[in-house]
Amino acid sequence: MKSRWRWPLRVLALGYLALLVVIPVASVFYRAFEHGVATAWDAVTTPDALHAIWLTLIVVLIAVPLDTVFGVGVALILARHRFPGAWLLDAFVDIPLAISPVVVGLALVLVYGQAGWFGNTLAGWGIQVIFSVPGIIMASATVALPYVVREVLPVLQEIGTEQEQAATTLGAGSLTTFRRITLPSIRRGLAYGVTLTTARVLGEFGAVVIVSGNIEGRTQTLTLFIQDSIENLNPVGAYAGAVILAVVAFVVLAVLGGDRERRATRWRSSSDQSPSASEMLLPSAT
Amino acid sequence: MLSKAFSDGWGPFWRAVSQPEAVAALKLTLVCSLIIAVFNSLAGVVIAWVLVRDEFPGKKLLGAVIDLPFALPTVVAGLTLLTLYGPGSPFGVNVAGTRIGILFALAFVTLPFCVRSVQPVLAELDRETEEAAASLGASSTTVLRRVILPSIAPAMLAGAGLAFARAIGEFGSVVLISGNLPFKTEVASSWIYSLTQSSQLSGAAAVSVVLIVVALVVLTGIGLLRRRFDVSEAV
Repeated sequence: MKSRWRWPLRVLALGYLALLVVIPVASVFYRAFEHGVATAWDAVTTPDALHAIWLTLIVVLIAVPLDTVFGVGVALILARHRFPGAWLLDAFVDIPLAISPVVVGLALVLVYGQAGWFGNTLAGWGIQVIFSVPGIIMASATVALPYVVREVLPVLQEIGTEQEQAATTLGAGSLTTFRRITLPSIRRGLAYGVTLTTARVLGEFGAVVIVSGNIEGRTQTLTLFIQDSIENLNPVGAYAGAVILAVVAFVVLAVLGGDRERRATRWRSSSDQSPSASEMLLPSAT
Repeated sequence: MLSKAFSDGWGPFWRAVSQPEAVAALKLTLVCSLIIAVFNSLAGVVIAWVLVRDEFPGKKLLGAVIDLPFALPTVVAGLTLLTLYGPGSPFGVNVAGTRIGILFALAFVTLPFCVRSVQPVLAELDRETEEAAASLGASSTTVLRRVILPSIAPAMLAGAGLAFARAIGEFGSVVLISGNLPFKTEVASSWIYSLTQSSQLSGAAAVSVVLIVVALVVLTGIGLLRRRFDVSEAV
């Protein structure tokens, strides 16, 4: 393009990004700390805020390992076995990305809620899923389900099975083969998948708000705490909570950022595969 | 979900999705999503262009800024926009509780899709063709219209489709800034939320089915588009 277009385009692009992303995000930091760091600190160390942070950590600590184990398992099945209906499993994994988180939450209520399919049975055993912590964990794990699969599966397909077969021929059991051969080769993809899963679980709102009941000091995660603080005119609490989550988002971007080009080439070279919804819905993941 | 939506047959399903508030919410959602898909894919091309062809200090940071809406939790996104464009806005712009506010939130969350789908195609674009066209006397608008746009159009369309699919289901970022005024700023996902809060689960399931069907149709369309035009999958 001619150089006379350079400046207008540059100003247009940067101006749009500044007004839509940079200045709004910066203003949250400003608002959180405008009355001093101590005020912000006090706002996120109230009992309700601490409980929200604590609950969020617990949810992350349970949901992320669940998704990781499931993700690696499904990726191994899809990459190493041919069976009828494999494409269906492949498509099903992406569903949480294609539909609204609110709908995911609703689906869990329909199945595990009081009037749901399993709700009565579980209630008979004294287990309450909806409006309680297990529901929050399930909702978070569901929305973040596809990330590990989508990061690990292409790596598995790329490395092939030769090394694994060699290890088996040399007498290694399947566990040893997995631990010594497969795991080291998928390490990088797995790390990305886990990072994305963690980011999503930490920040999930729509699905969690439906299943949790948003009970202060009981079923309130950090995102729900932020929303609740805004509605109950506790802006400093909302801004300080938002700053915590924003800082985590920056860390996630830093982890994922430097590697975009390599990953872009990887996907381009495997163009015979049809794109999955997750490849399409995850700009920074793929 | 399907079984609940149709638990009482087609009649109640149809009544649930055709009652005025549901229709208003679905209409608002689809119209806003469409507007923002079109607008943001145009903005996405400009931003992708600057990313690919322009050079200036600090450009590396730009990539992170573009991905930020993806990494940032939606509630935080909503709060950031509310801070700047809500009551007490330092710019004196208050779009809270208006449909413009919904557009702001959707523009924020769909930005990465629109930029990242076009960017790799622009990067691979053969500059020699553009130079050849220019040397044959084509003006820069002609080059844009006849050489560049045709090559990036499928990628733009794919990006717009992704943005649309994301926008129709968006909740967290919209809910704070829209104020959820029925018939005015209540989007489909908020309507589903308020139905579940009042335990009208089959109605909520019915509206959800509509959203799911639209999303799946759009995503299938993008899949076909990508196969047909061999659009890069490196979104």
